[in-house]
Formats: sequence, C-alpha cells, structure tokens
Amino acid sequence: MNDMLRLVEPVIPALRRYARALVRDRAAADDLVQDCLERAISHWNQLREGDPRPWLFTILHNLAVNQFRRSSRRGRHIAIDEANEDDFGQDAVQEQKLMYQDVLDKLARLPEDQRAVLLLVAVEDLSYADTARVLDIPIGTVMSRLSRARERLQQEIDGTADGAPKNVVQLRSMK
Amino acid sequence: MSSRPITEDDLHGYVDGVLEPERVADVAAYLEDHPDMNRRVAAFSDQRDLLRRALAPIAEEAVPSQLDLAGMIRSRQRRASPVWWAIAAMLLLSIGGLGGWVMRGSLQTSPAGLAALAQEAADSYHVYAPDRVRPVEMRASDSAQLVQWMSNRLKQQVKLPDLTGSGYRLMGGRLIATSHGPAAMFMYDDDHGDRLVVLTRPMASEQSAPMAPHSGGDVAGFAWADGGMGYSLMGQAAADTLKPIANEVRRQARSI
Repeated sequence: MNDMLRLVEPVIPALRRYARALVRDRAAADDLVQDCLERAISHWNQLREGDPRPWLFTILHNLAVNQFRRSSRRGRHIAIDEANEDDFGQDAVQEQKLMYQDVLDKLARLPEDQRAVLLLVAVEDLSYADTARVLDIPIGTVMSRLSRARERLQQEIDGTADGAPKNVVQLRSMK
Repeated sequence: MSSRPITEDDLHGYVDGVLEPERVADVAAYLEDHPDMNRRVAAFSDQRDLLRRALAPIAEEAVPSQLDLAGMIRSRQRRASPVWWAIAAMLLLSIGGLGGWVMRGSLQTSPAGLAALAQEAADSYHVYAPDRVRPVEMRASDSAQLVQWMSNRLKQQVKLPDLTGSGYRLMGGRLIATSHGPAAMFMYDDDHGDRLVVLTRPMASEQSAPMAPHSGGDVAGFAWADGGMGYSLMGQAAADTLKPIANEVRRQARSI
C-alpha cells in the first residue's frame, strides 16, 4: 500500500492534465482520474516492473475513450471551446491566457487519436514505445499520428487549415 | 556526420529531445542545409513549448480532495477488513453446508478423472479470477518459493508454466483443496487484465490422457494428463486462443 502511494501519488497532477486536455471539462476530467485511481488500486497486482506511468495512462486513456463512445451514443455534446478562465494561472497576463486558450482550442480540433499521441509525447514526456503501449498501437502508427498531429496543428496555428476543417465537422457530428 | 539519411522520425525525435547526441548533431547539420525543414522543425518545437506552457497550470493546481489517494486506499482496506472476511467465510461455510445437504444425492455421480480436474479448474477460476484483492496466495515475485511449496504438498515436482510467449504473465498461485487431494493453481493475466488459471494435481485414475476440451459455466478450456499428473487450463478467452496456450503448458511440463 505504501508502494502504491509512493508510486502513484506523484503522477496524479499529470493524469489530471492529460484528462483535462482530452475532455476539456474540469469536473468530468477529475471524475475520470478518480475512476482511474480506483482501478489502479484494485488492479495493483497487475502492475509489474518499475515505472507506473504508462500503466496509469493506459487505464486513464481507455476510460476516456469509453466515455467518448458512451457520450456520442447518448448524444451529449462534447465541449470543444469551453475553456474556463479559472483553468489558467491567476497571474498570467491576459494576452498569454488568450494565446494558451487559442492553442488548446486548436488542439481540440485534431482527431482524437492524433491528439492523444501529441499529448502523451509532447506534454507528458512518454517515450514513443510507452505511447505505443498506452494506445495499444504499433510504434510506426505512433510516429505517423505524431507527424499528422503536428502538421495539422501547425496548419491551424498558421491559419492555413481548409476553411471548415474536416475534424470540426467530425467533432460536431458527435452531438 | 554519419551517412545514415535523416528520417521523418529523426526530426520528431529531435523536437522531442530523445535522440542520441551523435544523431542530434547529424540532424542539426542537416537542418542547417535545409532551411525549409529547419523552419518546419522550429515551428514544431514552438508548438510543443506552447502546448506545455498552456497545460502546465493544470498540473500545478492543488489536487482536489476527490483525488486523495491515501483516503481511497484506506476506504478500500476498510471494505476488505477482517470482519468482512469473517462474514464472507461464514456465508461460504453455511452455503457449503446447505449445498452439501442438497447435493448429497448427486455426489455419487460426481465426475472423476479429467472431467473432475477440469471442473476443479473452472471452479477455481470462478472463485479466484474475479478477486481483485487477493486472487493468489503467493505472488509471482516469490515464484521459486511457490514452486517449492506446491511440489512439497503435491509430492511431485511441479513445473511453473511460463506463458509470457503467449502474452500472459504469471500473477502467482495458490493451493486448492479438491476431493482428490491438494492441487496447485497458477493464475496468469494479459495486458487487458484477462485472466486464466492452470490447475495441476496427481491423478489417481487416467494417469495419461489426451488433451480434450471442457467447459464449466462461462469458462472453458482444456484438460489432459501426462505421466500421472493432470493439467487443466481454464479461461474466458475463445477456445482457439486457449488451445495453443494449453499446448505450450503441456510442452513445458513434458520437458521437466
């Protein structure tokens, strides 16, 4: 039990960050993390060697994906531009806040599979191999999704993405 | 500079800072000669920095009490406290007593041989595989001790099947009481958390028998006997998934 506390507790802030970046809603994201921790506790004997981070991200990612599927079936709208101002540091200057919010909005327009790869690699510092394990895909697919995610996000940032980007339609169609 | 061509993966590795130092130098030299690529890679790096900075405040927030891990662990331990274990044990005993009375007529026709072994494996699966707290008595980390203990109790050299080649890792094992004496149960799981059990014990009848499919409730698998020892592998996976694993267990057991 002490092991669990020592190994898992330091990862909680990163799990919250990943969940929030995926679902864009603070309460929903923390609910996902709570589910993830409950599962980690009850499946603790499945964790084998060393670093628990890939294992925890795997649990969290699968919970998030299931929720996406459920909510798209139930017909709930997935917020893509509801960035909450409280989500950002109080002392951050307004301009910076807007810039951050803007890039997160653009990130939200990426297809979910590309977004997940970009977040795990670029923000959560998982290795390409661990990212492949978390998403249960070959490492070659990680690399191609990473490449597409970066190109796509850059188009969004440069404002060269085609007028009504396909994936916005895709996300909206989840209604 | 090495002669290996720079790949798209190298460029991403460069952005993510995961390349070997020599490769970093190769990529840097390449970028110097290719201003277009250089701009693209620089844009990707900026993107990465921006994302990290935009998301950093979330990780710096105080963790809400909803996510108090120590509290979550404590409340789970309370749920699994000795009192509950005692109540569960009493329930099991009384169900067992009642069941024994109700089932007294059918005992005479209880299965023997491989069918009995397969039934014991299926029963063990039903009882222990759903257990999230203590599915095994001894964990894989004590596997040497586990094998020693099983071998002593079964009075036979027990061999621990290694199923990593089939994607299943040993979780550990426990001793099972059967009407034919003690049996050794080993439990495995795969990356999805799907579990399977392998049960083995000495056989009084059917000292040697070919592998045959068996099922019990919602679990299915195979049973066979070799040189006086019976084996049964049970799980919820499809038969064509379990068959090669059963073959592998048999192959390893024969190579003692």
